[in-house]
Amino acid sequence: MRTIEQTTQEILQLAAKQFKVAEGSLNPEDDFYKKLGIDSLQALDLLSRIENHFRIELPDYEVQGVSDFKTLAERIQSRL
Amino acid sequence: MLDLSRFSSIGEALREALETYAPEVCLIESDRNEEKLRLSYREFKERAVLLAKWLQDTGFGLGDRASIIMTNQSKWLISAYAIFHDGGTLVPLDYKLKPEEQWQLLKHSGSSVLITEYPIWRQLGNAAGREAATNIKKVLVTEAPAEADLFGALRWEVAQGSGSPAFVPRTRQDLACIVYSSGTGGSPKGCMMTHENYLEQCVALTSLYPFWPGVRYLSILPTNHAIDFMVGFFGPFTCGATVVHLRTLRPEFVREAFVKYQITYVSLVPLVLKNLQKGLQARFDELPPTKRRALDALRNINKRLTKKQPRLGLSRLLLKGVHQAFGGKLRAIIVGGAFTEPQTLQFFYDLGIPVANGYGLTEAGTAVTVNDLKPFRADTVGKPLPGMEVRIVNPDAEGIGQVCVRSKTVMAGYLDDAEMTAQTIVGGWLQTGDMGRFDRTGHLQLFGRRKNMIVTEEGKNVYAEDVESAFEGLPVKEFCVFAANYIWSSRSMVGEKLLLVVNPGPGQTFSDTLKNEIIARNNRLTNYKRAHGIVVHSEDFPLTASLKIVRPRLAEQLGKLDRDSVVVSI
Repeated sequence: MRTIEQTTQEILQLAAKQFKVAEGSLNPEDDFYKKLGIDSLQALDLLSRIENHFRIELPDYEVQGVSDFKTLAERIQSRL
Repeated sequence: MLDLSRFSSIGEALREALETYAPEVCLIESDRNEEKLRLSYREFKERAVLLAKWLQDTGFGLGDRASIIMTNQSKWLISAYAIFHDGGTLVPLDYKLKPEEQWQLLKHSGSSVLITEYPIWRQLGNAAGREAATNIKKVLVTEAPAEADLFGALRWEVAQGSGSPAFVPRTRQDLACIVYSSGTGGSPKGCMMTHENYLEQCVALTSLYPFWPGVRYLSILPTNHAIDFMVGFFGPFTCGATVVHLRTLRPEFVREAFVKYQITYVSLVPLVLKNLQKGLQARFDELPPTKRRALDALRNINKRLTKKQPRLGLSRLLLKGVHQAFGGKLRAIIVGGAFTEPQTLQFFYDLGIPVANGYGLTEAGTAVTVNDLKPFRADTVGKPLPGMEVRIVNPDAEGIGQVCVRSKTVMAGYLDDAEMTAQTIVGGWLQTGDMGRFDRTGHLQLFGRRKNMIVTEEGKNVYAEDVESAFEGLPVKEFCVFAANYIWSSRSMVGEKLLLVVNPGPGQTFSDTLKNEIIARNNRLTNYKRAHGIVVHSEDFPLTASLKIVRPRLAEQLGKLDRDSVVVSI
């Protein structure tokens, strides 16, 4: 079982890879819309990638209103 | 389609539709690859009357208000019909707002009932603002897990009365809905929409874009939005068509839904349309050179042959692959909520997929103008719909002035705000605050706004004043939020941004600490409400006698500065 720290790190890595930014430039507290310069549709794409990686299903409502990596990681952790 | 001139209210028209089209498929609900629900009009009615009776049994009735905060799903529409059936007024709220914003609007609306979904209620139930909304007497929650703490709410599934509920008639002038066009920062703009507003709008829209049994409308825009309420609920229902709801809006499942359900119409905001364009373009770019040349040739032929009007059959034949990716039955994409760039509209039209672009606002009862496609004009927002009087007031030398609208679809006014109503509807004409002109063929072209607001590509209206509360208490003498276009008119309806103007005060400088404080506060706002830049203005703001900022005068002063050199990006 992953720890929340591991889950968070893996999410940061996935986001960095998908949106082609340096891995070390992302922090858990970052607002991913702002930091990655993405819109709501691109955020949904990121979610699909996260689902495939963690092999979970994350309903859209689970991430409604979430905009930072830390909270996103918590939502995912609760479903692992 | 039902003859809507025979009806006095939304409820009456829907009641007739449920009888007339009883065996037709009314709703399909799908989650990812799995179809979860399929209801006929008869089954829809059977479910709705149970809720209507329960509401009546608990005292809900004539003129009472009920709010819905839900994602697009069958229970949204079932609940809405039950409210109309009982003579109530519907308050559709945006499920994407923050809980404290939702409570603010719930309080303002005077609703006695709230119907919502468990994932939303989970955040709303204990949120700040609930205690102030004492008007909310009952809360119904859908899809709550068996062991869930409902914070005093009831399960939607148990709200079933027995026996037949009495239908409560309303007149055309009665209030049907209160729709918040924006305003969660202290001045909520609750548009009071009458039954007549909707009945007339529905007749006008369906005259250009008709529905009939067998038509399938993919409902993606939130149903609380005026467009989806009309073309994803009232319009298709009064024509016996089918509404398809998806429980996830991941692009891959949306794409699948087009094919699986052979979608006829869909409404999108410009952001999603542009995303679709990007996806298609990427696929075209990957084609081997010979195939790419063939596609370009076919696209050019289609473009020539559809110059005067769309020819769907021909386009589907010529560009079969593209049309099959959309299910092969798509008649038009309806785009709304914000301004769409002409090149995006043209991209789809050249592929034989007409985009019904137009212009509208909640206050005018959704659409004011729509492209009639005869011929398609990507550079305009179309001609006024039947029944709409549109005029340009105080035009400048180029003919550009404020767009004003008079029609039976214009709202009755803003809830509890006679002053704002009087400023907005003058002598029966709705002052839209948008700038435009008509071309020689009677098509409307838009050139920016004179309102201090922005509309995002996702169709969100953000009034600059409404985000100021996020900056209250900043260690500065004074501050103000503006739409950049309000200061420096760009005559553009895209890429609109908000700016924070600060006056640090005598002897104070704009420090990094202050900048960081602003950024931190800005980031706490919902992403589309954030300021994109700061203007440091070390002169006293013009104030009224009651010490309120005179925004137009301040904007005029700032407008004399060079935008590029004074705006600090954040």
